[in-house]
Amino acid sequence: MTRLSLIPAALIVAVLATVPLFADGYYLSLGLSLLNYTVLATAWAMFSGPTRYVSLATVAFFGIGAYTVAVLGEVLPWSLVLLIAALVGTLVALVVGLSTLRLTGVHFVVFTFGLAELIRQLVTWYEVNVTRALGRYVFVDVSQGQIYWQMLGLAALVFLVGWLVQRSRLGFALRIIGDDETVARHVGIDTTIAKVALFALSAVFMTLAGAIMAPRWTYIDPAIAFNPMVSFQVLIMALLGGAGRLYGPLLGVIPLTLLFEFLIAGFPNHFSIILGLAFLAIVYLVPNGVAGLMTRRAAR
Amino acid sequence: MSRLLDVTGLTRRFGGLVAVDGLSFHVDQGEIVGLLGPNGSGKTTALNLISGAVKPDAGTITLGGRPIGGLKPDRIARLGLARTFQLVRVLGSMTCGENVMAGLAFRPPILWGRPAAQRAEALLDRVGLRGGAHAPADALTYIDQKRLELARGLALSPQILLLDEWLAGLNPSELQEGIALIRSLRAEGVTIVMVEHVMDAIRSLCDRCVVMNAGARIAEGPPAAVLAQPEVIAAYLGDDDA
Repeated sequence: MTRLSLIPAALIVAVLATVPLFADGYYLSLGLSLLNYTVLATAWAMFSGPTRYVSLATVAFFGIGAYTVAVLGEVLPWSLVLLIAALVGTLVALVVGLSTLRLTGVHFVVFTFGLAELIRQLVTWYEVNVTRALGRYVFVDVSQGQIYWQMLGLAALVFLVGWLVQRSRLGFALRIIGDDETVARHVGIDTTIAKVALFALSAVFMTLAGAIMAPRWTYIDPAIAFNPMVSFQVLIMALLGGAGRLYGPLLGVIPLTLLFEFLIAGFPNHFSIILGLAFLAIVYLVPNGVAGLMTRRAAR
Repeated sequence: MSRLLDVTGLTRRFGGLVAVDGLSFHVDQGEIVGLLGPNGSGKTTALNLISGAVKPDAGTITLGGRPIGGLKPDRIARLGLARTFQLVRVLGSMTCGENVMAGLAFRPPILWGRPAAQRAEALLDRVGLRGGAHAPADALTYIDQKRLELARGLALSPQILLLDEWLAGLNPSELQEGIALIRSLRAEGVTIVMVEHVMDAIRSLCDRCVVMNAGARIAEGPPAAVLAQPEVIAAYLGDDDA
């Protein structure tokens, strides 16, 4: 991506911004779903792409964002709620990052999955024992179109930030870490700071996505906000598209979001089975993602 | 000559094994010091302790008078210590130019963008990888990967360079090129500690040698004198043959 491609990118955003003006409920909600997964998968790949640390904590941050809105959405102005959500997400990411990024490989994967479940259980425990109601209603005065525009803005931001990171020393440091962490340390990279910084940056976007999505549900409980399927879906979307490039995850988000929609509508009882088969097929057939496939084609 | 690296009483245990046992030696500015010893004598562990990859249990290490023992490897690298690895480590997903830029972008003063790319090309030239900045690093031959690793080390503008069997596995003509390259670095004033088994290289390059056995220093001095000492011969060949 070069400076020049900012112009077509801005055009695409402008065109997408017109969707709520003509699309009805279903298509608008599908568009929102696409944008939501675009943000999540691109943010995921921002950290996991270069470092090859597979995180299953996506929904932990997403859920934190949603719950921040559920708790504070009626009390505080919207922009302040988003700011607090971002801060809480950052804080959790820093704590988790500092304590876990020493782990490598499968230990990191398992820990992040455990983390998401732990947060879900903690919230459940709190709601049952302290507030004495498992679910919460989210009353925020916002239209479907406004939610869509916010998510579109966030998607544009995640691409812009991702692009800037790629060109930065931080992005370069992460690529070196992904290739060989020992070399990274011996050329003077503080690998802990580099990893935690990008982990937190990626978490902020996930948290904000959760915050923006929350009003759409009107009712949330821990099982909805911290649904582990979201982490897996984001992972498989990013892998299908290709986590090595900024636009890669997008190439996975579009077909898979549509596939999920189709499966839920057409085969509600066999959803998980077909999804599992789709995951297997992706890992076997396009191990480097669609973006990798396109690069190889072009190289030929 | 001023003292650049000073190692005193350096000790590291792995479980019951004392890999480095009270090792002391020093390196002066501009010297090439060979670290010798039979396999398993603790040479690589000594390099790992000095470069921060492994933390010492006891002893002190100073670089230019500044204690560096137990610091994290990235701190030590930024203080001016570069190293290569016994099993060559290049960044396989990147180009040669990017491999060298990795050494430029995180040390003081930071070099980034165009100046870094230019400096990287100059360093690739320096080690004999001319015009290969855009070549993928994993397509290089073994000796060229070693050259690339050396260029990355030099990119740190190190006060001292640690070479861990950098000449191992080269064929005779490559070996001559390698020796000439290291000699030319000395001419530029780079201080070098080299762990090496290739005796020709040690004899022609090293000002001094430190010989280790079972984690401890057993001899020190000019290569020819050291290699003739009975303790050294015994360590390499066993007592019966000495």
